[in-house]
Amino acid sequence: MTTMTIAKAINEGLRATLNNNPRTLLMGEDIGPLGGVYRVTDGLIGEFGADRVVDTPLAESGIIGTAIGLALSGYLPVCEIQFDGFVFPGFNQITTQLAKMHARSNGNLTVPVVIRIPYGGGIGSIEHHSESPEALFAHTAGLRIITPSNPHDAYWMIQQAVDCQDPVIVFEPKRRYWLKGDVDTESPGASADPFTAHVLREGTDATVVAYGPLVPVALAAAGAAAEDGHSVEVIDLRSISPIDFDTVTESVKKTGRLVVAHEAPTFGGIGGEIAARVSERAFLSLEAPVIRVGGFHMPYPVAKVEEDYLPDIDRILEALDRALAY
Amino acid sequence: MGATHLPATEFDGTGVDDQLEAEAEAALGEPPTRMVQLLGHDGTLGEDPVFSAYANRLDAEKLRGFYADMAAIRRFDQEATALQRQGQLALWVPLTGQEAAQIGSGRASQPQDYIFPTYREHGVALTRNVDLAELLRQFRGVSNGGWNPKDTNFHLYTLVLAAQTPHAVGYAMGIQRDQKLAAANATPGQPQEPKAAVMVYFGDGASSEGDVHESMVFASSYNAPVVFFCQNNHWAISVPSTVQTRVPLADRAKGYGFPGIRVDGNDVIAVHAVTEWALERAREGKSPVLIEAFTYRVGAHTTADDPTKYRGSDEEAQWRAKDPLERLEKYLRAEGMADDAFFAKVKADGDELAAYVRKTTHDLETPDIRTAFANTYAEAHPLVAEELAWFEEYSAGFADEASTDEADTDGAANR
Ligand SMILES: Cc1ncc(C[n+]2csc(CCOP(=O)(O)OP(=O)(O)O)c2C)c(N)n1
Repeated sequence: MTTMTIAKAINEGLRATLNNNPRTLLMGEDIGPLGGVYRVTDGLIGEFGADRVVDTPLAESGIIGTAIGLALSGYLPVCEIQFDGFVFPGFNQITTQLAKMHARSNGNLTVPVVIRIPYGGGIGSIEHHSESPEALFAHTAGLRIITPSNPHDAYWMIQQAVDCQDPVIVFEPKRRYWLKGDVDTESPGASADPFTAHVLREGTDATVVAYGPLVPVALAAAGAAAEDGHSVEVIDLRSISPIDFDTVTESVKKTGRLVVAHEAPTFGGIGGEIAARVSERAFLSLEAPVIRVGGFHMPYPVAKVEEDYLPDIDRILEALDRALAY
Repeated sequence: MGATHLPATEFDGTGVDDQLEAEAEAALGEPPTRMVQLLGHDGTLGEDPVFSAYANRLDAEKLRGFYADMAAIRRFDQEATALQRQGQLALWVPLTGQEAAQIGSGRASQPQDYIFPTYREHGVALTRNVDLAELLRQFRGVSNGGWNPKDTNFHLYTLVLAAQTPHAVGYAMGIQRDQKLAAANATPGQPQEPKAAVMVYFGDGASSEGDVHESMVFASSYNAPVVFFCQNNHWAISVPSTVQTRVPLADRAKGYGFPGIRVDGNDVIAVHAVTEWALERAREGKSPVLIEAFTYRVGAHTTADDPTKYRGSDEEAQWRAKDPLERLEKYLRAEGMADDAFFAKVKADGDELAAYVRKTTHDLETPDIRTAFANTYAEAHPLVAEELAWFEEYSAGFADEASTDEADTDGAANR
């Protein structure tokens, strides 16, 4: 067991996969000598060379598109998109090509491409550096989407993504890159299957589902609720596509109340999907409507007001109050 | 080596091209790009300081093969068009006029090369031994592919314009890495795998898409073994190539730092020579190459298109006079390489192919939607499993009705 930050855990995870599998290679803008703008690939080009840690031209469609070709020829590319807001020049390749190649080929071809995207706000950045576009990708069949919230998951999830035969997008909560935690590099333990949700805190009165950057916020809210005498269960979703509805439903059957929290705008988001599924699966267990906590229907606002935009402990507590009032 | 340093031969260009070249000359203050041509419109073979050497590799049998391929694919094209008219295909994308560009380039590739087509490359498919009836699956709506690309190294058709161009470069980068690894692990005396390259097809319209630019940047930056094969058939549905570019497309390669060659796309011998040259160059790791095959889409863009709305019949007639099949026929006859019996046999083979395609199309089976559930992901997926389970239960509710409806369903499939 060692302690490290999420950024370091991903770095170590990438190092492990580059060591274990000679067909893995990294591609992205500034990921070589600079080590990426968040230094997640720090030191890797020195160890593995420029053929395996590829500083690409500044071209997102080119990065994803050539990664597809590399995957078709038997390689395992891990692409870094520099920031969430810059994935869109590559959106066409991801949604019309990467997601569909397996289906279009009647199962004959697989394209095990991994795309890492630092996402989310809270770092006081400027336009296009703080977005949460996960729902836009989750709506596309053929893609898998995961998001670690702690270093142990980060270390294992990146390797599990590379091992997966399907394309996987790893949304990395950039404001948690410096969050420290224990990593067991010997065994993933309960994190062996990246497409499962984890119950991080048990409770009986209500369930809060969160993922990525909001997991620590949800845990803090549950702690605060406990002081008011409410027992709140907290689930780290971990996988956004597929969603582990079994774990979520089971929890709701126990607690009867559900709050879903994410940074992305509420409208058309993952929270709505979870609310709909839970109402289908556990309608009779629900004591209150599922309440969503998320961003507003606006472009991500300027940094000076992002605190008003981002769901925080109080916003989750307010939602819990509303749910508990039924 | 840039395009302007390459040898050029005579070509009486169309009005469109003359205008283009004049504009390019005025804009750049440079002499216009000339076009590589070996087989003239009158069927006589010309000389070229570089490419005649490649043409000389072709014996009579190979040349007769080119003719037979071009005739077969034209006959197939006619049959598919007819099938579409009869409601057997949802759409057809005809290639008539582009036979030389496709057969010449496809026949220059080797089995270990990998080809990424757009959606009109039926002739290239033929050269890669794809069963032509398989091509019709997509157009009949029973598959989005229809063949296993690994069997022939001929990738699936791509309908999002230019999206396959970066795939080709990535694939070529994979080949490049494989070759490096193989060289590093080679044991002396052991025979080496033959070197491979990738060829990717796209149109003059698609050349405007950003993916073409990005893939050329990648190809050049990593010196990927890839040949970009642009069929400039002068039209992107109804938009002329002059709207896509102000300079000959082959000239663009210069900006990326690799050679671009314009070749007479209706001259199968020149296309073959230029493509062999380019593929050899790519396989040897010398550089990517852009080939612009200057040709013409004689018919409609697809069976859904009406070219009389946007172009004159005189233009079409002008290009029909440059027909790739007639040109080669003249040459083969003049040189005594083929006689009436040969051409009669080609025609009979074409009719046989058409009959085969007609029959196979009728027999193409509609897949069960369960295959789509099965193929969405490579690994098990709970949402797919859940929706499939729901579908099974829902369908089971109709089991009684289904058995009485069966006769009707068969009727629909055979309509
Ligand atoms: C990204 C994209 N935009 C638009 C279309 C619709 N479309 C299909 S074919 C075509 C024209 C293509 O022209 P060109 O690249 O010259 O190829 P050609 O069909 O002439 O061989 C268009 C606009 C498409 N398939 N993909």
